[in-house]
Amino acid sequence: MDKSVKEPLIHITKRKMISKKQEWAIRLGSILLALIVCAIITTITTHLNPFSVYASMWEGSFGSERKIWSLLKELSILLMISVALTPAFKMRFWNLGGGGQTMAGVLATTTCMITLGGKVPSGVLIIISLIAALAAGAFWAFIPAFCRAKWNTNETLFTLMMNYVATQIVAYFIIIWESPKGSGKIGVINSSSQAGWLPVIGGKQYLLVVLIAVIVTVAMFIYLKYTKQGYELSVVGESENTARYVGINVGKVIIRTLIICGVICGLTGWLLVAGTDHTMTTTIEAGRGFLGVMVAWLAHFNPLGMILSGLLLVFMSRGAGEISTAFGLNKSFGDILTGVILFFVIGSEFFINYQIHFRKSHRKEAADV
Amino acid sequence: MKKFLALLLSLTMVMVMLASCGGGSNEGSGEGGGEGAIKVGLITLHDENSTYDLNFLNGFQEACEKTGVEPIIKKNVPEGQECYDEAMDLVDQGCKLIFSDSFGHQDFMLQAAKEASDVQFVSCTGDKALVAGVDNYHNAFASIYEGRYLAGVAAGMKLKELQDAGKLKGDKPKMGYVGAFTYAEVVSGYTSFYLGAKSIVPDVTMDVTFTGSWYDETAEKEGANKLIQGGCDLISQHADSMGAPTACEEAGIPDVSYNGSTKSAAPNTYIISSRINWAPFYEYAITAVQNGESFDTNWTGTIDTDSVQLTELNEDVAAEGTADKLEEVKAGLKDGSIHVFDTSTFTVKGEKLDSYKADVEADEKYEHETEVISDGYFHESEYRSAPYFDLQIDGINLLDTAF
Repeated sequence: MDKSVKEPLIHITKRKMISKKQEWAIRLGSILLALIVCAIITTITTHLNPFSVYASMWEGSFGSERKIWSLLKELSILLMISVALTPAFKMRFWNLGGGGQTMAGVLATTTCMITLGGKVPSGVLIIISLIAALAAGAFWAFIPAFCRAKWNTNETLFTLMMNYVATQIVAYFIIIWESPKGSGKIGVINSSSQAGWLPVIGGKQYLLVVLIAVIVTVAMFIYLKYTKQGYELSVVGESENTARYVGINVGKVIIRTLIICGVICGLTGWLLVAGTDHTMTTTIEAGRGFLGVMVAWLAHFNPLGMILSGLLLVFMSRGAGEISTAFGLNKSFGDILTGVILFFVIGSEFFINYQIHFRKSHRKEAADV
Repeated sequence: MKKFLALLLSLTMVMVMLASCGGGSNEGSGEGGGEGAIKVGLITLHDENSTYDLNFLNGFQEACEKTGVEPIIKKNVPEGQECYDEAMDLVDQGCKLIFSDSFGHQDFMLQAAKEASDVQFVSCTGDKALVAGVDNYHNAFASIYEGRYLAGVAAGMKLKELQDAGKLKGDKPKMGYVGAFTYAEVVSGYTSFYLGAKSIVPDVTMDVTFTGSWYDETAEKEGANKLIQGGCDLISQHADSMGAPTACEEAGIPDVSYNGSTKSAAPNTYIISSRINWAPFYEYAITAVQNGESFDTNWTGTIDTDSVQLTELNEDVAAEGTADKLEEVKAGLKDGSIHVFDTSTFTVKGEKLDSYKADVEADEKYEHETEVISDGYFHESEYRSAPYFDLQIDGINLLDTAF
């Protein structure tokens, strides 16, 4: 065949089907590539042995029993927020308000612990603060959901702005409760009586948090995969018109799904205050509402997959902290490595979905024949 | 495909093995601190980009080198549960003594101290050790109000020079101050600075604005600009970024800095800076732990212990004779002939104070329970190391008190 049309040097086609094995080969390959690029960056900029830097990152997460527990705690909290966002994303409702919904839970729990501490038994206080936190989270998610269902407002902007509103309300209450006055901190709440603090089970401080996260994750997996409601919300996500045609009340599904998001975020806020930190700061949520978006996307909205993607992110951030301690590097250096690795991981998704074809040289073609 | 996977797996294994070897050698070199060298930990809120944390880090390195202990430093640790986690991790790594540098770390340090009773914990700038009743939990601070007073004297000299040359913006000298929060540590700081200046120019007034954060470069710069536009002839600050010094340099307004010299960033406006030199305290505490001795629950450094220092005086900006005047006032502070909070030098709501009860015991009651005025002056940092001067004296105008 005579080639009258010039073939481009590179062209891209969508892959048809790809086996799980191939998928994972591409993913692992991209991580390996990322590690090599990071190694080069490390050697050039810091003159350190990249392998000892990697070893120290590993140390930061798995170096001792306590570090493993800290890792699990961090992972659990991040996982819960990621899982909370998932049903909304499956419905193509871009909930960027996981942070704000968590802060609503944080504020509700703190309010209960400060105002009711010492007035009701600790067990009762725990239950009251739980209910308050769930309700607060749900309410914070309900507002944008209602406006979207009723007036078709833009949920991306709405939920995003609700984060800042929540943070500012928290800042306001910190000034009311701060101790000492003027320090901008409320310190540990009920530090002597420990009223409203979650019990430590099995002698492990973070075990309860981890258990709750596991339960929530598995429950969400089942909810999305095997229940009618889970199916409904994915239909709404595929096409609202189709959903309406088959008789699904779209508005109701949107509001119901967002309330579920809010409840899980509220629960996370409750765990943060009553379970781990026992204080309230404006930064207690630590950007997890946004990080959770990435965790959920990387796992293709599969709650069980989020354990892996969440682990990657938590591992990287703890590693970044550890190398700054071990080598006296600025924390920003760890963040650079995290950025490179995430770039490759996200990039690998492109290679899973698309295939790149290079123009074959004529000589090679001739040889092939 | 299988081949590729196998290759990938084996490569990963090689990487992991190499990585673990690297780890081994790294640990080995870490023990080079000498036979039986103890490990000492430091937790900081930010890193060396913050003037405040840098001051701690420098003092810590100096003391560790002098005493031959092995330092382990955790930077960027927030004032939350992370502080407890990191403190306990330092315990796991074998630290016998652990310091934290921020006020908000104290509750979490205390929590760790209760759990690891064989390790000494020091919450620097904290105020709860006095009432906590936990043997291995300490607080430390320095009589930095004396340093600020001296810095105020340098500011006063500059204002006097401007006044004599007719270069004041208004008819009376006016200073501006960028503070972080509104609690005693900051109040004590700006009041002593003001009184230092007032001792030179009695008709001086001062505007204070707050940022609500220890490190917020934008807010600090904006705060300084606001004060400059409000007619201030000189600026000082108690917040940790380069915000205020930079704003002053851009506007050509003299600045009295804090935590360390900012001359390199503001060569035309920087006058002087006061700072706490933490090295003597670190050395004292480390030596005590090395010898298995106990040390003070509340340690207050002074000019005598070299804990309160002035950094280099910028002769290009400072008024003539400042260095001599500073020596004179410093001698007075040392021999007790000058007291910073001398009640004859200030009034509260027009009245001279003879008695004041301060909240020295930082418990959950928030009672002002301790009489702190006697012999004609307010006894700052004598009953506990952290400042407790929280009076609003006349001549200082708070622009905003939201924090």
